Amino acid sequence: MRDVAIVSTAQMTNVRREQRRNEVEMLMPVVQEAVKRSGIPKGDIGFTCSGSCDYLAGQPFAFVSALDAIGAWPPISESHVEMDGAWALYEAWVKIQTGQADSALVYSFGKSSMGDVPDVLNLQLDPYYLSPLGIDSISLAALQARAFLEKTQYTERDLAKVAVRSRKSAKDNPNAQLAGDFDLEKLLAEPYLVSPLRVHDCAPISDGAVAVVLAADDTARNACERPAWITGIDHRIEPHQPGVRDLSESPSTALAGAKAGVASGGIEVAELYAPFTHQELILRDALGLDASTSINPSGGALAANAIMVAGLTRIAEVANRIQWGSIGRGLAHATSGPCLQQNLVCVLEAK
Amino acid sequence: MAELCGVVGIGQTQHDAKRTDVSAPGLLREAATRALEDAQLTWSDIDAVVIGKAPDMFEGVMMPEIAMGDALGAAGKPILRVHTAGSVGGSTAVVAASLIQAGIHDRVLTVAYEKQSESNAMWALTIKIPFQQAIVAGAGGYFAPLIRAYMARSKAPEDTGIRVALKDRLNALKNPYAHLKIPGVDFDQVANSPMLWDPIRYLETCPSSDGACAMVLSSEKAAESAPTRPAWVWSTAMKSEPTMFSGRDQVNPQAGKDCAAELYKKAGITNPRKEIDAAEIYVPFSWFEPMWMENLGFAEEGLGWEMTYEGATALDGDLPVNCSGGVLSSNPIGASGMLRFAEAAMQVRGQAGEHQVEGARKALGHAYGGGSQFFAMWIVGSEKP
Amino acid sequence: MSEAESELVQSITTPLRLEYQYTAGVASTRFLRGMADGKILGQRCPQCEKVYVPPRGSCARCGVATDLEVQVPGTGTITTFCVVRIPSDSLDIDPPFVAAHILLDGADIPFFALIQECHFDEVRMGMRVEAVWVDAEDLGPTFESIRYFRPIDEPDAPFESYKEHL
Repeated sequence: MRDVAIVSTAQMTNVRREQRRNEVEMLMPVVQEAVKRSGIPKGDIGFTCSGSCDYLAGQPFAFVSALDAIGAWPPISESHVEMDGAWALYEAWVKIQTGQADSALVYSFGKSSMGDVPDVLNLQLDPYYLSPLGIDSISLAALQARAFLEKTQYTERDLAKVAVRSRKSAKDNPNAQLAGDFDLEKLLAEPYLVSPLRVHDCAPISDGAVAVVLAADDTARNACERPAWITGIDHRIEPHQPGVRDLSESPSTALAGAKAGVASGGIEVAELYAPFTHQELILRDALGLDASTSINPSGGALAANAIMVAGLTRIAEVANRIQWGSIGRGLAHATSGPCLQQNLVCVLEAK
Repeated sequence: MAELCGVVGIGQTQHDAKRTDVSAPGLLREAATRALEDAQLTWSDIDAVVIGKAPDMFEGVMMPEIAMGDALGAAGKPILRVHTAGSVGGSTAVVAASLIQAGIHDRVLTVAYEKQSESNAMWALTIKIPFQQAIVAGAGGYFAPLIRAYMARSKAPEDTGIRVALKDRLNALKNPYAHLKIPGVDFDQVANSPMLWDPIRYLETCPSSDGACAMVLSSEKAAESAPTRPAWVWSTAMKSEPTMFSGRDQVNPQAGKDCAAELYKKAGITNPRKEIDAAEIYVPFSWFEPMWMENLGFAEEGLGWEMTYEGATALDGDLPVNCSGGVLSSNPIGASGMLRFAEAAMQVRGQAGEHQVEGARKALGHAYGGGSQFFAMWIVGSEKP
Repeated sequence: MSEAESELVQSITTPLRLEYQYTAGVASTRFLRGMADGKILGQRCPQCEKVYVPPRGSCARCGVATDLEVQVPGTGTITTFCVVRIPSDSLDIDPPFVAAHILLDGADIPFFALIQECHFDEVRMGMRVEAVWVDAEDLGPTFESIRYFRPIDEPDAPFESYKEHL
């Protein structure tokens, strides 16, 4: 395997609704900034891969106009996944591993505010038995939360603690949308949104964009002082029907984590894509993380959740901390599908 | 660095206007099961799945692989979903191949499909977004002006498109899986078919199909146990350019030229017309055959039509193109590109049956999409590179 | 099991409705505001100096933002076209009709528009046309402020003058 690292990142500050700029206009400065920070001339970047979703944007081929934003001329080697940008990063990492590219630009954008997110996500469900029930993403997450609370020692108080900690951490994240000090008791006194979940247990709706530049070997070493080396990356999916899964666990995260080398320890920071508080706890257990690991110092998805963007953002947040020199080893996670159906784990190190 | 990648199993569905006898997962499974049978492998032999399709709005299910992964035995495995517009079937295969070439997996199942009967592609392509112009009347309305521009630039004889269509429609009669088969089709029937998007006639355009295609790709080591000769991947390439910028040549796009150049270079091909024995090219409207012949470097600019005219692209010509009947005969959009790649592999494996090009040793698979801006290609050979 | 019961369910209909709020974006907003004033506003690329109509906020060739505003007239040349002879659900017009690429005078990229007020058989590449606007009181921030284009009495533009835009 080649040594591949993240050498630069850039993010848009997440907002509830970006009303002025369209997707191309949102994306262009983010991509330009990431490329500039990498120090690699745009024309030298060997591969480009993006992640986005047509149903989020409410039009087919939503990714096509993004090519304008990145100035794809002369023509570029390029691909796109209809997935979170974290999987675009995976495809780019694979491309570099084949030796066909030494560097890659990865980006994703999502304007979750355009439609009604819980209803849009309903369309992701099995079209014969699940989707026609009209069940939305929050209700499905609540089913999972109930299963989790019943089966484990965790309580609704533990869920609220996750929310309080996340939004407190987000105060240090200039790109976060929802940050601040919240009182645990006050949160627990709030009514349920969908029992056992309250509003604070759910991620906000966000518009955002993120870009990262990957490079291999000496290209990475020359590009920056402390590249964030990808020492392990893997992703796995579980069966779709919630009824055939034990929703209180995340075996696909555990498997991806094992393949990515999480077990060798020393994870100082974990950025977990958990759009609901209980999911963070499920993921922590699946990855075997204990109190020695700082969870979601960026605030995580509970502070900003641009769909298709938030997974790649987790990777960027860990990479940033390695580049700043604040940590030596960290883990990033991304998820897709209802109730943590599909999961990706990426381990990054300073070396 | 890169590992060798071989195609050890190929399967496709019966393509038809409405496959109401199967669900969408059933359609995928029909192709995937055939690919596994061809490779004499089982679901558990597969390490990862790479799936592709055109816009989700064609069927009304968002990221359908989330729900359909189970039908492909993906549970517990990695699954990637590629979407690069019309070229997606090709780029999906390229991504799957890269998983083998990178040495990450030994056996990857790659699948592409479209079940156009479950929604309305023309609607999805012409969605009215406020303050945007709708693309006029679907894909035909978009590409017909480009064909007219090619006709004006090349001064090609006006019946070139009819000849291409006739050739592909006759080839389709030799392909058991083809959707549109017109026994006894002749020149006059194509010429007299109604104009849809003048200058495109009805029989010069692709149908709208339900269908899927699947391939099992294998590392060199894992291919040792393959029951039949693999098709070896000599090279792959993908190139994209923006839809709209001043001076963009949409008839002979630079991205296509660059993609072909990179592909040939990686495969060590210096004279494509001579060294390639068969080509499966994405031709949704007949006139795109001469246009792509030029774009792919098989003919000088402005002279691609001569190849059609001289019969060079016929099954018995020096560069047989679309012996399967091509996209003109079967068009499950998301799968159309992968069908080109798979048919190219079938040619070099000698398994194309009645539409086999005798002794084909090297073949080209080609797909394009968007406003002629996304390209994916591969070259496969009967020998190892 | 009776015959009817064993019959295959071949399809189910699941109607769905989603509402979206689209954002025009900065560049399109300027263009659409121009439409409401009966003006066609483009933007010039600071690098290659080409004029984009309608503007997209960036020059995809140079990968830079465009912000120099340029007004262009409603006259132009048909670079290429097709005659649509099948009906379209999304267009309120009966076939046959002509959809053309029009290169406006002073613009460097053609855009799609309908050609009316002439028989479709008379439309040709190089034909000179002009925009026909809706009545002044109906002008609004929409493409539909221009109803269509129609031929004008000028000699055809030579092929050389627009062949770069095919």
